[in-house]
Amino acid sequence: MIIPHPLLGPRDAAEFVYLGDAALIDRPDWQAEDALAAFHDYGYLRDNPAGPHKELWYHEQGDRSWLVVTRDTTTHEITAVELARDVARSRGRSA
Amino acid sequence: MTQQYRIKGGGQIDRSTDIAFTFNGKAMKGHPGDTLASALLANGQRLVGRSFKYHRPRGILTAGSEEPNALVQLRSGAHQEPNTRATTVELFEGLAATSQNHRGSLEFDLMAATDLLSPFLAAGFYYKTFMWPRAFWEKLYEPVIRASAGLGRLSMQEDPDRYDKGFVHCDLLVIGAGPAGLAAALAAGRAGARVILADEDFTPGGRLNAETLSIDDMPGADWATQAVAQLTAMDNVRLMIRSTVYGAYDHGVYGLLERCTDHLPDPGGKPRQILWRVYSRRAVLAAGSTERPIAFGNNDRPGIMLAGAMRTYVNRFAVAPGQRIAVFTNNDDGWRTAADLSAAGIDVPAVIDSRDALPPIDLPGIRHVRGAGVVDTVGRKGVRSITLTDGQMIPVDGLAVSGGWNPNVHLTCHQRGRPAWRDDINAFVPGGTLPPGMAVAGAANGALTLAAALAEGRATANAQIKELGFKPSRAAAPRAEDEPRESAPFWYVRESTKRAWLDQQNDVTVKDVKLSYQEGFRAVEHLKRYTTLGMATDQGKTANIPALAIMAECTGKTIPETGTTIFRPPYTPVPMGALAGRARGRDFRPFRLTPSHDWAKANGATFVEAGNWLRAQWYARPGEQGWRDSVDREVLMTRKSVGICDVTTLGKIDIQGRDAGAFLNKVYCNGFATLAVGKVRYGLMLREDGIAYDDGTTARLADNHYVMTTTTANAVLVFRRLEFARQCLWPDMDVHLISTTDGWAQFAVAGPNARALLRKVVDSDHDISNAAFPFMGCAEITVCGGTPARLFRISFSGELAFEIAVPARFGHSMMDVLMEAGREFDAVPYGTEALGVMRIEKGHAAGNELNGQTTAHNLGMGRMVSQKKDCIGNVLSQRPEMIRDDAVKLVGLRPVNRADKLIAGSHFINRGDDATMDNDQGWMTSVAYSPSLGHSIGLGFVKSGDTRQGEIIRAVNPLKTGEIEVEIVSAHFIDPEGERLRA
Repeated sequence: MIIPHPLLGPRDAAEFVYLGDAALIDRPDWQAEDALAAFHDYGYLRDNPAGPHKELWYHEQGDRSWLVVTRDTTTHEITAVELARDVARSRGRSA
Repeated sequence: MTQQYRIKGGGQIDRSTDIAFTFNGKAMKGHPGDTLASALLANGQRLVGRSFKYHRPRGILTAGSEEPNALVQLRSGAHQEPNTRATTVELFEGLAATSQNHRGSLEFDLMAATDLLSPFLAAGFYYKTFMWPRAFWEKLYEPVIRASAGLGRLSMQEDPDRYDKGFVHCDLLVIGAGPAGLAAALAAGRAGARVILADEDFTPGGRLNAETLSIDDMPGADWATQAVAQLTAMDNVRLMIRSTVYGAYDHGVYGLLERCTDHLPDPGGKPRQILWRVYSRRAVLAAGSTERPIAFGNNDRPGIMLAGAMRTYVNRFAVAPGQRIAVFTNNDDGWRTAADLSAAGIDVPAVIDSRDALPPIDLPGIRHVRGAGVVDTVGRKGVRSITLTDGQMIPVDGLAVSGGWNPNVHLTCHQRGRPAWRDDINAFVPGGTLPPGMAVAGAANGALTLAAALAEGRATANAQIKELGFKPSRAAAPRAEDEPRESAPFWYVRESTKRAWLDQQNDVTVKDVKLSYQEGFRAVEHLKRYTTLGMATDQGKTANIPALAIMAECTGKTIPETGTTIFRPPYTPVPMGALAGRARGRDFRPFRLTPSHDWAKANGATFVEAGNWLRAQWYARPGEQGWRDSVDREVLMTRKSVGICDVTTLGKIDIQGRDAGAFLNKVYCNGFATLAVGKVRYGLMLREDGIAYDDGTTARLADNHYVMTTTTANAVLVFRRLEFARQCLWPDMDVHLISTTDGWAQFAVAGPNARALLRKVVDSDHDISNAAFPFMGCAEITVCGGTPARLFRISFSGELAFEIAVPARFGHSMMDVLMEAGREFDAVPYGTEALGVMRIEKGHAAGNELNGQTTAHNLGMGRMVSQKKDCIGNVLSQRPEMIRDDAVKLVGLRPVNRADKLIAGSHFINRGDDATMDNDQGWMTSVAYSPSLGHSIGLGFVKSGDTRQGEIIRAVNPLKTGEIEVEIVSAHFIDPEGERLRA
């Protein structure tokens, strides 16, 4: 596969490390009432769709960017690639 | 032997040079340009192998990579290569080929009696017969079956050849250099696109080399030569011959195997094969088509060959496959074989056409048998006569068979595409969804005639490069005519009562397919598994379509409804050696060497792999009897005076930024907010699920500057997690990370004399006294008169100890300097074994304890997990099951009988209990012989171990010694109060 890196252009997937569902960005609030349940779901429950999937890839043999890649799991078609940091910010994560 | 079947004149062979080779030890001759198959035929060798299951005598069926029969073993000794298709092997001087799968000689195979058992060996025979008794399978049935069936044999030696890998990029990849491929490459090359043209053959041209068709008023083969010359002259075109594109992968990536030196007697130091990864923006598949046979009784005899292959041998190699050859066809193309054979002076007694129709071309003097078929043949080691449906016998020594042509759709299906059926050519063509970026042209796309293939190749390439922004060239298109191509759906001769072979490689017959139907294995994938149809090296390239046509007839479905099995890479076999490339043995993965590696090597070190590093394991001295002697000495000398160990391999991560401290507070479970400048703290990292992950120390060098160390094994993984935390979890923190593992050489200097030694090295303006530089202090200093260094007062051994870091380029000389300064103290270098012994004596956890199953609670560090802050893992670490009072706790263990040796992995059982998992009390994680204490010691996890000190339990190890009694003690065997390290 080839991943179009938002900063570096097309790069071979072999340069990346795969993590999985980009929902891992949405780490729960540790002080919430239901923190234990929320962390349980965060840690153990993942969507595994047949179709478009937002997932985390790490450009380990490159610039060390974590990316959110939207990939169709049935065709490997990649329709969007964003810097995970931008995604995290857009989802309201800060410091 | 003379080449008695060589035709005088013609062919693309160099008659001025003879090539000597042997087949089964028999000396033969051929010419440059020959394949092994053409040279064998030229020498009259028609019997080339025995079949897989029945040991039937078999000859050459095809002239290409689809060959099911002519599998031979090449070369000898370690270079021996089994299951090579004689039809693709380029002849070279001294080639030694042998046939396969027979006992005794090829002519008198002792296993041929298997053929007489054939009524019992039908499809599914093994499944049905060798089921009972079960124990017989391993001991009796399987060995016998394995010995009697099978193909070639491995050399059982290491592959002496070299392989390599390569990466190439192009705008357009053209797969196949036949007429369509050449036309495509010419069009794209002239337009200025970067083109790779790949062909599996050693002579580009494809069928043009095998036919007598004309392009631009010249013979097709000459046109191909001219086209190749034009392409070679273009800087933007790369022609790769002997190169098979074997797989279509995602996003325009193709796998390509280039056979670089297989055609040479000696590779001359070059790699044998190169596995290329081709990155293409667009691709044109022009892989041509493969002829299929018709099934009839005893259609597997040597001398019976596909009609198109006969033309290849006659026209390209100037070899007569026989002297009197009949043609059996269901289509117009077979007639051209009759014409070409006849033109070469071969007697063609008849063309038997399954269609009751007028001849498509006029062949004076050749008998036309209309609406007929061949029902049987005679001739055990070579066909001697054929019998037609009307009973007449025709004496022949060869039979050309054509059942029509299958477009080579394989690569179009590598991403789950399914081919579509075309009734007008009775074949599957590429259909549905192609791999993105791929277009198909020529025979591979069902354009089975020459003019159509040329036009389609050119048009398809132009359409592809136009999408990339290139302007197609206006050069004239090649001119040619379309040959007659009508065909009929005729798959097998119904009237045959003898075995009619479909898959000659796997000995599958028409009857086997019908049996598969009767027994309910009707889906094509079931048919394949039940009968073995289409397996092994040829993957049924000639057999599959006729077989599924017969299945379609049985089920009453159409062929497209019946469908094909899934095509998967590779298109043709790829050697394991090529897939491995250079990553073999020592080179499987790179080694990292520590800065003191050369020093260690020169000083008797034995090395061990740790992560990718080679670390000194111990330093043997003359007279020492074994590794234990060296390790015991290193430990005792370090504890008595001073020892030095290269600890560069520990991961080092430079952390800077205004939020660096806050960031550390997030990634370590214990607090880092209060760490003062000039201080070091031990830190434990958890996984988000609360399991202990990694530990190390972090030093604060300045307000916004920290240096973290990780374990050697987890250095890369921790860095990855920190980047994840920084970018994905806390994206607005001002924190920056750099891996500096390789940037700094670091040495542990441990022992009562450590400070005295370092005083000789550290520049005198730095005070390293206990008062000025206490335990867990750190500082940026200089050594040896101005060389920058970092000093950390940390201890893994439990002794007064420092770690000193210098820029990596000074690492080797730093080791020299330290050893020289330590001479007066009898300083010793120590390796990872002594390091391990001392950390067990001190009760420090390491990889055996942080094994991905244990928590801070288990490790006795539960109170370190701060509940006053957010950090990775703290929420889930507090789940009730993970903080039970009776959870296992890290303890020390010593044998009650001090002479007993502890064994890691032993499980603990209370005295008086049965040694069962129900009574399990925990397990031993680390053991060592402690030279300081004079007996074996261990660390382990014991249920409620923190409250059971002094208790005696059993360490049970049924696999090794049985069991011994051990006492639960503190994990700190040495200096429990920590007086030494604070000295």
